[in-house]
Amino acid sequence: MPAFSCAFPGCRRDLLVIVLVVFVGIGLPIEASAPAYQSHGTEGSYLTNVTNTKKAFPVLAVNYKHVRQPFEIALWILLALLMKLGFHLIPRLSGVVPESCLLIVVGLLVGGLIKVIGEEPPVLDSQLFFLCLLPPIILDAGYFLPIRPFTENVGTILVFAVIGTLWNTFFMGGLLYALCQIESVGLGGVDLLACLLFGSIVSAVDPVAVLAVFEEIHINELVHILVFGESLLNDAVTVVLYNLFEEFAKVGTVTVLDVFLGVVCFFVVSLGGVLVGAIYGFLAAFTSRFTSHTRVIEPLFVFLYSYMAYLSSEMFHLSGIMALIVCGVVMRPYVEANISHKSYTTIKYFLKMWSSVSETLIFIFLGVSTVAGPHAWNWTFVITTVILCLVSRVLGVIGLTFIINKFRIVKLTKKDQFIVAYGGLRGAIAFSLGYLLSNRHQMRNLFLTAIITVIFFTVFVQGMTIRPLVELLAVKKKKESKPSINEEIHTEFLNHLLTGVEGVCGHYGHYHWKEKLNRFNKTYVKRWLIAGENFKEPELIAFYRKMELKQAIMMVESGQLPSALPSTISMQNIQPRAIPRVSKKREEEIRRILRSNLQNNKQKMRSRSYSRHTLFDADEEDNVSEVRLRKTKMEMERRMSHYLTVPANRESPRPGVRRVRFESDNQVFSADSVPTVHFEQPSPPSTPDAVSLEEEVPKRPSLEADIEGPRGNASDNHQGELDYQRLARCLSDPGPNKDKEEDDPFMSC
Amino acid sequence: MGALQSLPDEFEYRDLSEKTGFSFEQIGILHKRFKQLSHNEDTLRRDDLNTIPDLSCNPIRTQIIEAFFDKRNFHQNGEGTVQEISFEEFLVVMSHFRPPALDMTEEQREIIRREKLRFLFNMHDTDNDGTITLEEYRHVVEELLSRSGALGKETAKGIADAAMLEVASISMGHMEPDEFYEGITFEHFLKILKDIEIETRMNIRFLNMDTTNLCK
Repeated sequence: MPAFSCAFPGCRRDLLVIVLVVFVGIGLPIEASAPAYQSHGTEGSYLTNVTNTKKAFPVLAVNYKHVRQPFEIALWILLALLMKLGFHLIPRLSGVVPESCLLIVVGLLVGGLIKVIGEEPPVLDSQLFFLCLLPPIILDAGYFLPIRPFTENVGTILVFAVIGTLWNTFFMGGLLYALCQIESVGLGGVDLLACLLFGSIVSAVDPVAVLAVFEEIHINELVHILVFGESLLNDAVTVVLYNLFEEFAKVGTVTVLDVFLGVVCFFVVSLGGVLVGAIYGFLAAFTSRFTSHTRVIEPLFVFLYSYMAYLSSEMFHLSGIMALIVCGVVMRPYVEANISHKSYTTIKYFLKMWSSVSETLIFIFLGVSTVAGPHAWNWTFVITTVILCLVSRVLGVIGLTFIINKFRIVKLTKKDQFIVAYGGLRGAIAFSLGYLLSNRHQMRNLFLTAIITVIFFTVFVQGMTIRPLVELLAVKKKKESKPSINEEIHTEFLNHLLTGVEGVCGHYGHYHWKEKLNRFNKTYVKRWLIAGENFKEPELIAFYRKMELKQAIMMVESGQLPSALPSTISMQNIQPRAIPRVSKKREEEIRRILRSNLQNNKQKMRSRSYSRHTLFDADEEDNVSEVRLRKTKMEMERRMSHYLTVPANRESPRPGVRRVRFESDNQVFSADSVPTVHFEQPSPPSTPDAVSLEEEVPKRPSLEADIEGPRGNASDNHQGELDYQRLARCLSDPGPNKDKEEDDPFMSC
Repeated sequence: MGALQSLPDEFEYRDLSEKTGFSFEQIGILHKRFKQLSHNEDTLRRDDLNTIPDLSCNPIRTQIIEAFFDKRNFHQNGEGTVQEISFEEFLVVMSHFRPPALDMTEEQREIIRREKLRFLFNMHDTDNDGTITLEEYRHVVEELLSRSGALGKETAKGIADAAMLEVASISMGHMEPDEFYEGITFEHFLKILKDIEIETRMNIRFLNMDTTNLCK
């Protein structure tokens, strides 16, 4: 029990007290569930009161049965989360031992405790696992799957997932069968099919375990996506093999037809899963097109459609994991273009939250089930299983890499291969599949024990040692790089360049097809699935906006303009023009203008009523905007030189003029309106040689704040106005784009 | 390599192969394509490339075609552009898209990286003064965005300005308010794009045919 035995500071002790109370709390209700004189529900109690002799009216009564199930569930989840909290309070520990190990240990303790109390510890119910605990993790993984590295390496990933798993299964199953034939082991009753079934269960790399461990070691993108992608895609193989061998084991014999059907089944399962996922993904994307008036329920659509995809494919015995992944991947670009920024944040946080809870619960239950489950220990079998797992994985990876490297431009080095092999962890899926084995198999308990041992070995030994090994071998880590607009420009440039050169070569390669897909996507698909005019927006611009928004938010939060490198370079160095310097007096005037405008705006904001359909929180916005104002002023001083002079033929309204002027009140939401300095709406430009960097104000007909009109300013006394426009934009809700706030707090809807 | 030749001439191919690093097989295939594009003539003109249908929807088509006729890409220390190119020059330009071999040392990879980035630099630096000025960069971004809708020059300008600012910040660090940043030199260009791993990304598989795998 490493977690609790050392001396620790007071806060940790308090936490331990809480945890113990929780333990006791679990124990007590289980005891109290013995049938008491309290019946189920108030009607019953009235009846008993009538039929029995009259007792005193129960002022305080305990009716545990009524709330038992939700109570226990909530308690378990609370326990899991408190544990997680506790681990992170001990910095030394979480640096050495991966969280998954600690959670399993906790599960063991809890299981032991329950057993000591005398109750039957709950086992990880397979249905609970597959229907409730696994989907959030997979959805989280699929929705945030990094698409570019995944598609670049999809061939390699598929080879590892399919052929690698098949190799593992047959190698292990075969050798274990051979082992069982040896008389001295005493397992003569195990036939080949049972061994193969066991092999299929234990050979699949588990996404939950991989995620849990790899998240902490920050390995480079390539290896991460290889192992992770493999763990996701091998689900189809596992499903097919498992069902196949179960059927065969029932029947007892295998014919060639059966094998052929098995292969067909594999394709049906995987492609069917993909199809189901894609259908639900497009449905979700299409639905999100119409949610502009009910933003609050947008995240629910994402979650529910994905869950339905999972359940539907499980219904047909297709690969639920693949369906879920494909659904997330398909719907993401379109949904993100349609939903508001708050919904996007909600989706992100809910997914992370659920997957975190699920993961924690899974590991704890693994520990508890170990204590609970029926065990049949056979040294030889179990040890051989563990060894064979390692050996077959290593052999498989080496062999497959040798073949794959012939087809790859970026070859896999030995270090990569080692991490891929070593990172093949087994986890709860294997356990649940083993648990699902019907009791018909006389070796069930033995198999379960072996599976648990393998899981423990991979998670503990491999999980704990992979981090020092990564350091030791100096494997490339993930590059933590800021998004750079230059890199983005050149990435896009490269794509077009390579497509063009492929065209010159006359070769229909990778880039050609990717370009074709993009064009198809843009002309047909996006038109249907994205609301408004947003589908026309190219990636580069979206990226640029995102970056600007991030900068603005960071500026608000941290209080200074974020830059990785302190530099005094501003636009003036790039584009020297006669920029009038702002005098102090002018600065003060501008500040005054800004402040008074903001006050007016705040008053108006407070008078709006709170509605269930908006998440607009007036007070919060005030604080934020106050901070923003301060920061914007600071930033303004830095960016003074951004505002260039304007050709004389512009009208320049006085500072005193405060009218709302909108270029196009009825303009559709178009690619604009983000707090940047550099954008302009695609309305007809007033001057062909406009050099000024200006902003446009989105259409807010009812916004009566004093915003200066968009045109005709770049001289200094309107810098305040410009900045105020930007501020106003922060405060108002620009509309449905991926970096947008919620819609219409100002509009009376 | 006269137009009347129908068989690949091993002797001449050997010369080319040493110069550009392609294998004989690859040279043969590219030669066939060259002949197809140039209508069996010895030299290739801009119009021949303009008629390729696949290039028609490429936003940077002009720049790509120009790159083929840019003497700076012929590795002969030339400057300016030509009106027509021979097969050898075509091959030299193509050789910029070869992937590095697996067994290369770090220095060799660095050389290849510089070469590829030099190619990109030449594409941007149209007036050949050794720097990419703001105007040239703006032009690049405009071309990139030209196919993607009617967002106009202002957006491109904004993006190019921000990009330029970033380069200046990274390369120069500190500048007085009255100093002027001339433009992106080749060294600065290398610096800002060093994370892109260009030697693995700027490749065409077709030109990587050192195995029997041939994707057609």
